[in-house]
Amino acid sequence: MSNLAIKVENLSKFYKIGTRQNRHDMLRDQLVHTIKAIFLRNGKGKQAINVDSGAVDSFRPSQTDYIWALKDISFEVKPGEIIGFVGRNGAGKSTLLKILSRITEPTDGKAKVYGRIGSLLEVGTGFHPELTGRENIYLNGAILGMRKAEIDRRFDEIVDFADIEKFIDTPVKRYSSGMYVRIAFAVAAHLESEILIVDEVLAVGDAAFQRRCLGKMNAVANEGKTILFVSHNIDAIQRLTQRSLWLERGRIMRDGVTAEIVQEYLKYVLPTSSGVWDRENTSRQSSALTRDVEFIRLGFENRDGGRFVTGSDLPLSITIRSKISLDRVRFGLTILRVDGIPVGSSFVPARSRIEANDTVVFQLRLEDLRLAPGRFYLNIAIEGAQCGSDYARFDMLTEVLPFEILPCLAAEKVPVWQSSWGSICFNQCTAERIG
Amino acid sequence: MNNVSESTIIIEAKKSWFQLDLEGIWHYRELLYFLVWRDLKIRYKQTVIGIGWAILQPVVTMLIFTFIFGDLVKVPSDGLPYAIFAYSALLPWNYFAGALQRSVASVVGDAALVSKVYFPRLILPIAGTLSGLVDFLISFMLLVAMMSWYGIRLSWTSLTLPLFIVFALCTALAVGLWLSALNVRYRDVGHTIPFLVQAWMYASPIVYPLSIVPERYRFFYSLNPMVGVIEGFRWALFGKQSPDFAVMSISAVVVIFLIGGGLVFFRNMERTFADVV
Repeated sequence: MSNLAIKVENLSKFYKIGTRQNRHDMLRDQLVHTIKAIFLRNGKGKQAINVDSGAVDSFRPSQTDYIWALKDISFEVKPGEIIGFVGRNGAGKSTLLKILSRITEPTDGKAKVYGRIGSLLEVGTGFHPELTGRENIYLNGAILGMRKAEIDRRFDEIVDFADIEKFIDTPVKRYSSGMYVRIAFAVAAHLESEILIVDEVLAVGDAAFQRRCLGKMNAVANEGKTILFVSHNIDAIQRLTQRSLWLERGRIMRDGVTAEIVQEYLKYVLPTSSGVWDRENTSRQSSALTRDVEFIRLGFENRDGGRFVTGSDLPLSITIRSKISLDRVRFGLTILRVDGIPVGSSFVPARSRIEANDTVVFQLRLEDLRLAPGRFYLNIAIEGAQCGSDYARFDMLTEVLPFEILPCLAAEKVPVWQSSWGSICFNQCTAERIG
Repeated sequence: MNNVSESTIIIEAKKSWFQLDLEGIWHYRELLYFLVWRDLKIRYKQTVIGIGWAILQPVVTMLIFTFIFGDLVKVPSDGLPYAIFAYSALLPWNYFAGALQRSVASVVGDAALVSKVYFPRLILPIAGTLSGLVDFLISFMLLVAMMSWYGIRLSWTSLTLPLFIVFALCTALAVGLWLSALNVRYRDVGHTIPFLVQAWMYASPIVYPLSIVPERYRFFYSLNPMVGVIEGFRWALFGKQSPDFAVMSISAVVVIFLIGGGLVFFRNMERTFADVV
């Protein structure tokens, strides 16, 4: 018997790019290609095919048509370990969990899993709206790999956790979305497997329920289960795990203590910027917006680039160019935390007429910024309107201008801000002795 | 749970074409049961006559066939009342057609499951073929009632009926395995099923007896496994003098090859199901 829970050796997986677009490809095309390929292969050598026939080339894609979603991933997990996976979208986290859950096969390499494995890549997989809560608990349990006897045994516990007793014999199509999520998570939370794979499922439900889910995850962890946990919620990763793996473009960047990995990861994802966004230096993706009015340059107008102190002002200069004339414009500004959770927004009207082909500079000022120390960034949109009509959105920048809020050493009563205190530092609060 | 905790799963790219992992299906038999159960529950929810549909459909078809082919065209019916003759073939046929349609659509229909949870994918087409058996049993009871109405006694050979039901099930599964796997990649397959089923029906001895098919075409004709199934059904029910065992054996051999190939094909296609579906 091994003293490991999971051993992964050189696991790799590649996908054909465009599989998604071509997934409804026509049988006819495939037949034509196959026949051509066979025909040509008989006549000439393999290499000649690639040179001679474009049709065969597209049938047998060249190296660049493939993408390695995972490449040579190796790691080991001990029983009872809780491991977080961090990385940007497309880094391969979900692919890795899918391979370990046996949903999809690796292209190369090997993984050994010692023990029963339960995976939770989605809450409520296989729920059917026409079936009642009770029926769905059994169906979903069976889908997640539970035995009927096991569900029987834990049925009351599940119903209790979901807090749904009254509606247990109602079709779930009549449930509110909150109830639906609760019952779905409740089934999953009672899986009796030694190894649990969890992907982003905590991103559902209201705040109270999310707290309960995290609590349940903690409890499960304390029972000595091995947990592999993927989340974009860095906070949850920090709270639940001691060890993290950081994936980047299908490879392991770092493997180590969560606190250190998260620090490095955040630094990597959001490097301290110069505090300027410039259209010239950015390749912009196409979007549904017309960009008849577009951003040219954004920049923080303070001495220290992207660094501010709690309670200071945030001055922002915005340069826009307009192809059309507008009677008024306004800016929509959202501040987000590093983990992508929005903190707050503001809509700033600029009551100024803009002529066609004008380039205009605005100065925005967010006064008395009550953000707590930490790292943030901005989403910003520009909207314009003709006289009498509603605002229409013309351009939008997402995840730009990362900035840092430094603790205000002189005035603050608290030396180090803790993440569990939230992102806003209220100061208009007084305490007077009245009795 | 101790026996489970000592299990070791090895995950790697499959190398052999012939790893069928049939014990995995046994391990997941409860899921199979729940999928069949789900299918039955849902099929007749929010319908007025519910399970009555299981009877209505074959009965109406039988009436139409009896009127057109029995009364108007006067197709021979091996000495049986035409209604009984047609209904006895419609029983396995309707079961087969329904099972085939459900199993072909099964993997695509449960795409959400396939891309989010592991289980042996073979369970999906199998569940698709099993859930039709309940309808079959209900419409079978009507046949027994109709036979006593016409004063036809069930032959002793009807003890072999389960064999032919399994034969029909295997035929549906064999074709279902091929087409459900293809359907994941090429949705064209799903569109061709209605035509396929219709054409196939006329290529089977449902509205006409096998005896009117010329002897020299019999061999090719019985390559259609449903010929064997339907002949077997009629023989089992009515105990005809000379059952055409040659036809049944040819059909059986075809099914065995189809199902063996289907298993291998399905198992090898299923590796990419989650990525493609």
